[in-house]
Amino acid sequence: MDYRLNHLAQLESESIYLFREVAEQFEKPVILFSGGKDSILMVHLAMRAFYPAKIPFSILHIDTGHNFPETIEFRDRLVKKFNLDLIIGSVEDSIKKGSAQDERGPYKSRNAIQSITLLEAIDKYQFDALFGGARRDEEKARAKERFFSHRNDFGEWDPKKQRPELWSLYNGKKSHGEHFRIFPLSNWTELDVWEYIRLKNIELPSLYFSHEREVFERKGVLYANESVMELLPEEKVFKASVRFRTMGDITCTGAVLSSAKNLDEVITEIAASRTTERGTRADDKRSETAMEDRKKQGYF
Amino acid sequence: MSILNRSNIDLLRFSVIGSVDDGKSTLIGRLLYDSKSIFEDQLQAIEESSKKRGDARVNLALLTDGLKAEREQGITIDVAYRYFSTPKRKFIISDCPGHIEYTRNMVTGTSNTNLSIVLVDARHGLVEQTRRHIFIANLMNIKHLILCVNKIDMVDFKEEVFEKIKNEFLSFISRMDIPDVHIIPISALEGDNIVDKSNNMLWYEGSSLLYTLENVHLGSDHNMIDARFPIQRVIRPQSNYYSDFRGFAGRIEGGVFKPGDEVFLLPSGFETKIKSIESFENDNIQEAFYPMSVVMTLEAEFDLSRGDMITKKNRKPEASQDIEVMICWFGDKPLNAQGKYLIKHTTQEVRCMVKAIQYKIDINSLHKEEEDKVIGLNDIAKISLRSSRPLFIDSFQQNKSTGSIILIDELSNKTIACGMII
Repeated sequence: MDYRLNHLAQLESESIYLFREVAEQFEKPVILFSGGKDSILMVHLAMRAFYPAKIPFSILHIDTGHNFPETIEFRDRLVKKFNLDLIIGSVEDSIKKGSAQDERGPYKSRNAIQSITLLEAIDKYQFDALFGGARRDEEKARAKERFFSHRNDFGEWDPKKQRPELWSLYNGKKSHGEHFRIFPLSNWTELDVWEYIRLKNIELPSLYFSHEREVFERKGVLYANESVMELLPEEKVFKASVRFRTMGDITCTGAVLSSAKNLDEVITEIAASRTTERGTRADDKRSETAMEDRKKQGYF
Repeated sequence: MSILNRSNIDLLRFSVIGSVDDGKSTLIGRLLYDSKSIFEDQLQAIEESSKKRGDARVNLALLTDGLKAEREQGITIDVAYRYFSTPKRKFIISDCPGHIEYTRNMVTGTSNTNLSIVLVDARHGLVEQTRRHIFIANLMNIKHLILCVNKIDMVDFKEEVFEKIKNEFLSFISRMDIPDVHIIPISALEGDNIVDKSNNMLWYEGSSLLYTLENVHLGSDHNMIDARFPIQRVIRPQSNYYSDFRGFAGRIEGGVFKPGDEVFLLPSGFETKIKSIESFENDNIQEAFYPMSVVMTLEAEFDLSRGDMITKKNRKPEASQDIEVMICWFGDKPLNAQGKYLIKHTTQEVRCMVKAIQYKIDINSLHKEEEDKVIGLNDIAKISLRSSRPLFIDSFQQNKSTGSIILIDELSNKTIACGMII
C-alpha cells in the first residue's frame, strides 16, 4: 500500500476541510457563484464535503446583467441538476435603486459596482461567510490572501492587519456586522483546476472550449462583439475560433484564439501558455494595484 | 512525461528563509523563471514597475511583493505564496519576511511546510538573523533543511568559503533534531546550481537545488502509526434514502484507519468497530490516512460530536487539561500572566487560563531567560496552560496536527499566539 496522496487529492482534501470548518464555525455561509470554472469546482467540492447530505448553504450569483447567455443557461441547469438553492443579487436593481451608477463610454464595465450589489446582498440575507473561488496564483494581491479572510462591517479588507493563519487552525471569530471571505481554492493553480475537472469529469459551460465567434481587438485583448459593447471607430469586428480562460462580465472578459475543443486539448494548451489567465481581464489592467484596491472595498 | 499524465506527482510545501538582502526574492524569482512559471504578462508588468521605480534591472522581488505598502518600502511584510511545478512535483513556496519584526509571519509561513531553504550570503556567512530563522524552523519541526550559500559568484566560486560556512552551519544545528540536511553553493542571480549543476564549481559534488527539491523523501514526515481522527462534523442527511445514516466527517491526522478496525472513542472511552469509510458516492475507501478528508460510520451508535476523537486503544493520545507549550506571541498587547484565552486545538475550542510562564527565549542569544517574563509581540516562550475541558494531545514532535494550538483573544477575536505542545 502506498500511503501517499497525489497533489490533486491533497488539494481536494484541503478544500473539503475548509467547507466543513466553515459550516461549523458560521451561522449563514454562502457560495459565491460567478458561472466560471472555479465556482463550478467549488460547488462540486462542497458536494463532496457534505455527502451524502445536501450542501448546507445557498449559492449567490451577483448578476451584472451583462452575462453571456451560455453562463446563465449553464447556471440554471447546474442548480436544477444538483438541487441547489440559488440567490441572485442584481446589479441592475442596485442601479435602479440608485445605490450604484453605471460607468459611461466605450470602456464602461459593471465589474467594480458588483461590489455594491454584493455588500447589499450580504446585508439583506445576513451572510457571515462567503466562499470565493479566488486562487493565490491568479494575481499578486490574491497571493497574500488567507483561507479565512476577515472583512470589517463595511466589507473592507485590511491587508496589513491579516490574522496569522497556522496549520489547519482557522479562526472565524468576529463581531456583529463583520463577515469572512473564505477561499477554499487558495492553493490550486489554473492547471490543477483543469486537471481535477478532467479527472472527475465535471461539466463546464461551452464558452471554455473553442468556438466560432464575432470578436474585436482592444489593447491586445479580444472581446466578444455583444450588444453591451461600444466599439471605437478603429475597432473592427471579425470572426475567429476562440475560447475563454476566465468567465466574468462580457465587458471585461477577453477571449483567446484557440482550437482546443475538449479538456485534453485545453490542458495541453494551458501548460504551453506563456500568459496568465488574468492577462485577458480588463478589470486588472486599470492600474498596478487594481485588484488590491477593489479587494479593500469589498470585491470578491 | 505528458502533461496529461501527472497522476503521480506529489506536493511539497517549502519556505524560503534567511536574512534581509540575502536574495530570497531573487531565488524565488529564479525558480519560477527557470521552471517557466513566470508568464509574459507578469514579466511585462514587473518590467514596467521596475522602470517606474528606477531600478537598474528587472526586479524579480516585485513578483512576490504584491502589496502596495511592500512595493513602497521595498520589503516583504506578509507571507506570499507562489506556485510552480515540474513533471515530478507541485511546489508551494511561502516567501517569509526577513525583518526581525515579522517573526510571527515567519512562524506562520513555515507552519504548513515540510522543508525550509535557508539562504546565506557567501560574503557574510551565518548572521544573527540566519541563526534565529534556523532556530524557528527547528522549533516548527521542519524535517528537511537546505542551506543555500548564495552569491557564491561574488567570492569567485571558492570552495574554502563554502566549506567554512558549511562547517559553521553544521556546528550550529548539531544539537537540533533535523534529520535531513543539504548544503548547496548557488548564485540565484546567475542561476548557478539552481536547475542544472554549475560548471563554475566542479569541486561541488552534490545536486542542484531543483533536483534536491524534486527528490527529497517526504514519506516519513507525518506520523503514520498513531491513529488520530478528530471529528469535524456529524453528517446526518435527513433524507428518506439515508434516514439512518450517521457519519463522522473529518480529516485523518495520524495513522491508518480501515473498515473493521477496532476503535476507541474519546472522551467517552467506548469501543466499537469502523463500519465504513466513505468519501463520495461510490468511493468506498479501504485504507484512510493523513491528510485524507473522509466520512466514517461506526458499528455501534454512540453520541459523538465535533471535537471528539476516534483513535485506537493501544496508542491513544493523552487526554489532559494541563498543557505545556512553546508559544510565539502575535498580540500587540503582552501576554496577561493571569489571563484567560480561547484555545483552538484540532476541531476543539475551549477556554484556558495561563498557569505559569517558565521562560522566554532571548531571540538574539537563543538562551533561556527566566527573569524577564513579559511576553510581547514576536516573543517565543514556554508557558503552562490549564484548559476548561480535556484536550486530546500529542507532542508537536510526534504529530504536528494534534500537537499544535492557537490562542484567541476573546475581546478582539484576534489570533494572538500559536503554540507547539511539548
